[in-house]
Amino acid sequence: SSGINAEYGEFQTFQHYFIQINLSRMDIVIELSGGAELLFDGKKRHEVSLPEEGWTLAKLLPWIRDNLLQERPELFMQGKTVRPGILVLVNDADWELVGELDYTLQRGDSVLFISTLHGG
Amino acid sequence: AVVSTQSTGGYRDDSLETVKRNQLQYSLPLKILSYQELYGWTMDAIVKEIGMKNNCTFCGVFRRQALDRGAALLKCDKIVTGHNADDIAETVIMNILRGDIARLGRCTAISTGSEGMISRCKPFKYTYEKEIVMYAHFKKLDYFTTECIYSPNAYRGNARTFIKDLEQIRPRAILDVIKSGEDMSIKDDVKMPTQMTCTRCGYISSSELCKACIMLDGLNRGKPQLSIGKANKRKQILKATADTGSTAAEMF
Repeated sequence: SSGINAEYGEFQTFQHYFIQINLSRMDIVIELSGGAELLFDGKKRHEVSLPEEGWTLAKLLPWIRDNLLQERPELFMQGKTVRPGILVLVNDADWELVGELDYTLQRGDSVLFISTLHGG
Repeated sequence: AVVSTQSTGGYRDDSLETVKRNQLQYSLPLKILSYQELYGWTMDAIVKEIGMKNNCTFCGVFRRQALDRGAALLKCDKIVTGHNADDIAETVIMNILRGDIARLGRCTAISTGSEGMISRCKPFKYTYEKEIVMYAHFKKLDYFTTECIYSPNAYRGNARTFIKDLEQIRPRAILDVIKSGEDMSIKDDVKMPTQMTCTRCGYISSSELCKACIMLDGLNRGKPQLSIGKANKRKQILKATADTGSTAAEMF
């Protein structure tokens, strides 16, 4: 069929589909400080919606490097982890307390990267 | 509080603004000294003369003297610096790599001082940089961080990378490196520098002329390489040219 009814019908379906997608996405906040933000064009706070769940920090790091980082990836990551000298806090706690790379992210989590590499 | 600034603009601005805010937050008297007024040279001008290599030497020597002069002006009893465990571990490694026995013996001392000089200490000697950054984060302290623009490839960077990699494997390594530095003893027959005072400005020195006077001499005569390199060569050059050099103390 055609006309307004058909479009309304499609719209309903689309909304339903959109809500479904939203439920299987995961919203987290990524923050940067201590100079780390300079690698991200100066932006200190990134609200990110990740597709589906099952994200460990091990999976998040390369995603950040490939999707948010603007320059010099070697200053952010070294091998599979952060460059030594960058502190990672998950919900304001040292990531060493929650299993470092093995920690599984949850909806609403906040991950903060603080660079301690500065000065002369 | 004494702060020295080595450039005319850009690099130190945010840092200075932070210090001024800190002055209000902590109700401290503040003295800002610039290399320009103390020595007649900014780091920008120095880097123009000598390039991006060896400029740490110039900046470091000038900064030490600036802190001493500023502390004397404010009639301080002691100079307290913020050097932390990471810094000292890096310095130990640097001095070992460069075979600098004299500095190795001094760099781990938590308190240094001699006749006529205001003594210095490093209360954060055993405090990890990580602890300090975490503390500042949780206490929401106002601080500013940046990379030094004059020395992106400073030698210290190599030591720092090494120390950081060590820390990731075994965090206690930083304290262990400091302990090793403290425990190193030097054979009796090794020639050590003797401490004397600069014949021109009276500052503490290991030779007749202190490093700052030598550096200023070199800069003002357009021969900055005078202050970089072996002492014998320097003596030859100085003997050959007329002794009309400048002194840092003239400014006071």
